[in-house]
Amino acid sequence: MWRYMAPAGAFLALGALFAFALLRIQRGDLDVREIKSPLLGKPAPSFVLPLVTDPAQRFDSHALAGKAYVVNVWGTWCPACREEHESLLSLSRIAGVPFIGIDWKDEGPLAQQYLTQLGNPYQQVVADADGRVAIDWGVYGAPETFLVSPQGIVLQKHTGALTAAVWAEKFAPLVKSGATP
Amino acid sequence: MIRYRHWLVLCAWTLFSAAALAIDTAAAFPDAARQARYEQLTNELRCLVCQNQTIADSNAGLAGDLRREVKEMIAAGKSDDEIKTFLTARYGDFVLYNPPLTARTLLLWAAPALLVLITVGAAARVILRRSKAPIDADPEEPA
Repeated sequence: MWRYMAPAGAFLALGALFAFALLRIQRGDLDVREIKSPLLGKPAPSFVLPLVTDPAQRFDSHALAGKAYVVNVWGTWCPACREEHESLLSLSRIAGVPFIGIDWKDEGPLAQQYLTQLGNPYQQVVADADGRVAIDWGVYGAPETFLVSPQGIVLQKHTGALTAAVWAEKFAPLVKSGATP
Repeated sequence: MIRYRHWLVLCAWTLFSAAALAIDTAAAFPDAARQARYEQLTNELRCLVCQNQTIADSNAGLAGDLRREVKEMIAAGKSDDEIKTFLTARYGDFVLYNPPLTARTLLLWAAPALLVLITVGAAARVILRRSKAPIDADPEEPA
């Protein structure tokens, strides 16, 4: 009896494990493509890049030292970025921390046109045309959103559209609990 | 013959299409030593966008950017370890196709040896039991 029950039991346990994981993926609780960022708990990478709104001017991230801020990596070519744009606009008004945009691998005036048409949620938005700053931030799929503490430490990262629900769950508690000075 | 002609065309098309060639058509380095290191490294690094390809055979934008980084670091005289450290600091161990042995990857590395042990153990048990059992007494065998 035991020699039939043991394999059958193992098979059922394995099936249950697969079903559990698949259900979590379907519900959106589990993203198998998500890579945990090694930057969490580490100093945020610094950057000096031209402004999307005025390419003649450059923005130095050292200007952000001492206050918490959000970094959002996006591109006009990225459908999920378009999808999150409405919630970015509303979240940037209520978040209590400035949103800094990094426009990843875009061409010339496209980003400026996009922001003029759809509204600009960013306090500063810079152009990373060759993608070097994005590599420093470990970006692999736009949109990606980071929260940086006033001490300059990366506290949180989200890959995928930043919705109000994601903000409330992953970012808002950190902003409240002392990420702001 | 006519029936097979379109298969021939398809085969030729597949063989000579751009996709069958390497992503970079020109060599990254003029000297063979550095070119070999470049090819070795880009074949060991995972493309993070298309997660089942290496950066050597992906044409995703990020893979191209990472090939450029690797090329520049080799040109700047960085060692393979320095290049891998640069990438794992940003993307984690997942970027390496050959993951390092850590507490998290212990099971992964030990799995082949464990499976061999389990298989050999199970086979030995069955063989010993059957060699002791009298012939025709095995309930598993049909009469």
